[in-house]
Amino acid sequence: MGVLRDVRIVFARYFSRSVTSPLLVGVSLIQPILYLLLFAPLLTSVSSLSRVAHEGSYQWFVPGLMIQIALFSISSGGWSLISELRSGVLERMWVTPVSRVGLLLGRILRDAATLLVQALIIVAVALPLGLTAKLPGLLLAFVLVALLAFLMGAVSYAGALRIRSEDTFGALVFSATLPLLLLSGILLPIRFAPAWMQRLADLNPLLYAVGAERALFDGNVATLAVAKGFVIIAGLAMLAVGLAVREFRHAMI
Amino acid sequence: MHTLPHSRPAIQARGLRRTYLARSGQVEAVAGVDLIVEAGGIFGFLGPNGAGKTTVMRMLATLVPLTAGEAEVAGADLRREPRTVRRRIGYVGQRCGSDHSVSGRDELVFQSLLYGLSRVLAERRADELLSAFGLTDCSLRRTETYSGGQRRRLDVALGLVHQPTLLFLDEPTTGLDPQSRANLWEELRRLRDQGTTIFLTTHYLEEADVLCDQLAIIDRGRTVAQGTPDQLKRTVSGDGVTLRVRENPELALHTLDTLPYVRDAALDGDSIRLYVDCGEQAAPGLLAELSNAGLELVTLSFSRPTLDDVFLRYTGRSLRDRAA
Repeated sequence: MGVLRDVRIVFARYFSRSVTSPLLVGVSLIQPILYLLLFAPLLTSVSSLSRVAHEGSYQWFVPGLMIQIALFSISSGGWSLISELRSGVLERMWVTPVSRVGLLLGRILRDAATLLVQALIIVAVALPLGLTAKLPGLLLAFVLVALLAFLMGAVSYAGALRIRSEDTFGALVFSATLPLLLLSGILLPIRFAPAWMQRLADLNPLLYAVGAERALFDGNVATLAVAKGFVIIAGLAMLAVGLAVREFRHAMI
Repeated sequence: MHTLPHSRPAIQARGLRRTYLARSGQVEAVAGVDLIVEAGGIFGFLGPNGAGKTTVMRMLATLVPLTAGEAEVAGADLRREPRTVRRRIGYVGQRCGSDHSVSGRDELVFQSLLYGLSRVLAERRADELLSAFGLTDCSLRRTETYSGGQRRRLDVALGLVHQPTLLFLDEPTTGLDPQSRANLWEELRRLRDQGTTIFLTTHYLEEADVLCDQLAIIDRGRTVAQGTPDQLKRTVSGDGVTLRVRENPELALHTLDTLPYVRDAALDGDSIRLYVDCGEQAAPGLLAELSNAGLELVTLSFSRPTLDDVFLRYTGRSLRDRAA
């Protein structure tokens, strides 16, 4: 079908760009690897975090790190879209009969693919450090990361088309991602937070994604936490992609 | 007797309007544009910056929605069949359309794929265009290494991958050195000779004059004049004629002033200045009248109105001051 072909050629273009400049993928890995090496060990010594101490810091932290890299991936797609908007590259694609859905989904798929590569590398680095994971849970954990990539990509591209300025976009992304991160229980267990903060965190979809990832890495596949995480993130991803498609169809480039 | 069927105009637009909301209120970027662009020539859309020419071009190329008006572009209705329009037209924007981190050949292949060519055909077409535009040597290098002229030629090639019948170019030679500009003009003439209709915007008078077969002048969102460069110049005041006779300039003035096609004849020192619709056509008549009156001509010169005169007449401003 036409749209699928369009998705494929757009994906192929952007994916081959990432492959030909592996530096970019490498640079975006520096931050999570640093967290892995220079933050996760801190957790071991915090004796009051009983569950962390019991499970080992990597077993507790790596699933959250999956969500963290997905969250931070939100800036890259929209950023590159704005730069293509500015340079005229997007205009050149827009004037062709290619489907707008293809232009959007091809890019989101590329983002999901790069994110999965990063997730794989992080898991590969963490396994010798003490992370354990069984295959079915791990596979589902990656599927959830991919769903998050769709959510983040759709929000990022739709937002970028609306905002159209790197400065504003950067400021907005920063001011949105930080509270989402702090209220997600990725860095420290949210149950140590005061009650009002826990109420606030309950509204954060990422909290449920983190819960699902931890359960999946622990091998607890058929749990409420996993179901909640998948339903919430998949639902939001569908909503966001729908909105982004609308935005792409009506955008003036 | 049968006449050859007239080919449809490449563009027919009526009452094009484009308004948008700004902080200061409603802005009318395009206030009423009518255009007929015949197939097969180079059509120039001339106007100062901010006159609305880019917006009109982007409307015709499906990039900007019409607030009002209707248009047929390359035989398809702009409002109802935008995808058909996109399939038939090529569009080269004002900005550089190539990604700096991708090679020229990869860009051409990708653009061909976007237009629905198969991979095999896309690669073949890319190589054809690279060679036609003299880019074969740098085809595998990232476009950030290209010179301004090479980059512009690549942009034009990107607009041609699907062999469109109508090519839009927004200020194609802005920022190019004279040599690259001349080269690009040659490319565009070659395309025209192969049957492609070319619609370009420009604020260069020379480009409008030398390159374009037809012109429309746009000012403050409206088309104010349309015609060939020569027709437009003739609407100004006709050609100026300056002549000197060996003796008796008064008689010469009287002789010529009574001719029906001579306007505003006057004595200027010992020369006579007058205006005619077309200097070349009037010259034999002028010479014959003078010789009938027994007057001997010493010098004769024509001064043509320039497009800037045309521009001045229709917009009240000179383009030359602003074209820098």
